Amino acid sequence: MKNVLFVAVVVLLLGAGAYAALFIAPTDAKQGLIYRILFLHVASAWTGLTAFFISFIANVLYVWRRQPKWDWLGVSAAETGLVFTTVVLVTGPIWAHPVWGIWWTWDARLTSTFVLWLLYISYLLLRTLIEEPDRRALLSALFGIFAFVDVPLVFGSIRWWRTQHPQPIIMGEPGSGLDPLMYKVLFFMWFAMLALMALLLRQRYLLEAMRGDVETMRRQWEVA
Amino acid sequence: MSLLANTTILLGKELRTEFRSRELLTTTIVFILIVLVLFSFTFDPLSEEARRFGSGLLWLAFLFAASLMLQPCFLREQTNDTLSALRLSVSDPFAIFLAKLAANTLFLLLTELLLLPVFAMMYNVPVLPVLHWLVLVFFLGSLGISIVGTALSAISAQARMRELLLPLLLLPLLTPILVASTEVTGALLDRAPYVQWKGMGFLAVFDLVFLTTLWLFGEYLLEE
Repeated sequence: MKNVLFVAVVVLLLGAGAYAALFIAPTDAKQGLIYRILFLHVASAWTGLTAFFISFIANVLYVWRRQPKWDWLGVSAAETGLVFTTVVLVTGPIWAHPVWGIWWTWDARLTSTFVLWLLYISYLLLRTLIEEPDRRALLSALFGIFAFVDVPLVFGSIRWWRTQHPQPIIMGEPGSGLDPLMYKVLFFMWFAMLALMALLLRQRYLLEAMRGDVETMRRQWEVA
Repeated sequence: MSLLANTTILLGKELRTEFRSRELLTTTIVFILIVLVLFSFTFDPLSEEARRFGSGLLWLAFLFAASLMLQPCFLREQTNDTLSALRLSVSDPFAIFLAKLAANTLFLLLTELLLLPVFAMMYNVPVLPVLHWLVLVFFLGSLGISIVGTALSAISAQARMRELLLPLLLLPLLTPILVASTEVTGALLDRAPYVQWKGMGFLAVFDLVFLTTLWLFGEYLLEE
């Protein structure tokens, strides 16, 4: 029952967000309708980063406390973050092609997002290659910490040296910025996405916890 | 104080092991040499082109070589079953990392300096006037590669498919090093060479950040 309610709330929020993005937010003066993908794209990007941050916190807590629940949360958040980052990487080029005339440019945000995506792919890959559960949890948590520490450095280096394209519009220089109504819609969409993330995270966490329990039971059975 | 004393003794051990066989140094040198020759087929190796692409080529070769060279770092201890002995013999496990990363930095720097004249000759890029600055960039870059690489080789040594895994974990994490060192080296190889202090500073910050992370979390990497 709790699950059904949760799903219903998330569907409702996402539906309202989509409606607001498509019909309430004003049409952009320069880009026209295509800009509306921003509400999905930017909201996913922020949500993905939030998930990676949760994963980082869980990693640190695992190393410190050694409770399996932090390992479960760490991997669940990393996978969820990866899903949202994939949405970002797919919707980006769909928007860029008509507006910039190219699918991809090696700008700071694009490239760092791509590197971030690769780092967490490596994190999940590492987990598949270590059999023993405690060791897998510890080593992947440590790699997760290293990866997260790297993120600002990746962003800084690419932003300073490898960017050919103009200032970001949101949280950029004064004078840039969105219409206030667009902001409202964007933050609402982010909220809806966060709810979706919480739902996915919860399901994934429960799955991982079950998996952990099965593993423990199997080992007890083998010993007996 | 005991940290420094322990590190010196362990560093001596690392250097003795390597200079008895010279396996790492010879294979790495040959590897970089092969990459340098192969790269000459991928673009027109004239002086003007080489000035533009040379720095990136060099650092890419160094990065790939390092991801191979760092493999045996902890694997050797594991196959010889000496890791527990090492851990028991020092009061602070950070000394093991310090010694290993100092040795790796030294090996990497040595190979780079041996191959720099070959690069300069083959690609017609004068390096002598800026040699001391190049040594500084090579040092800061190699130190960063070794800090992250030593930590990750402790992780990959405990997983399956470790030979493939280390480059997968290491290379995306080293993106900032590649970007910054390529920029600084490129500025030094320019027709009007100059020192890019921003890049040097960035490399130093990278080294410091990851050295601190290793200091905080290193001991967990060696847990059994």
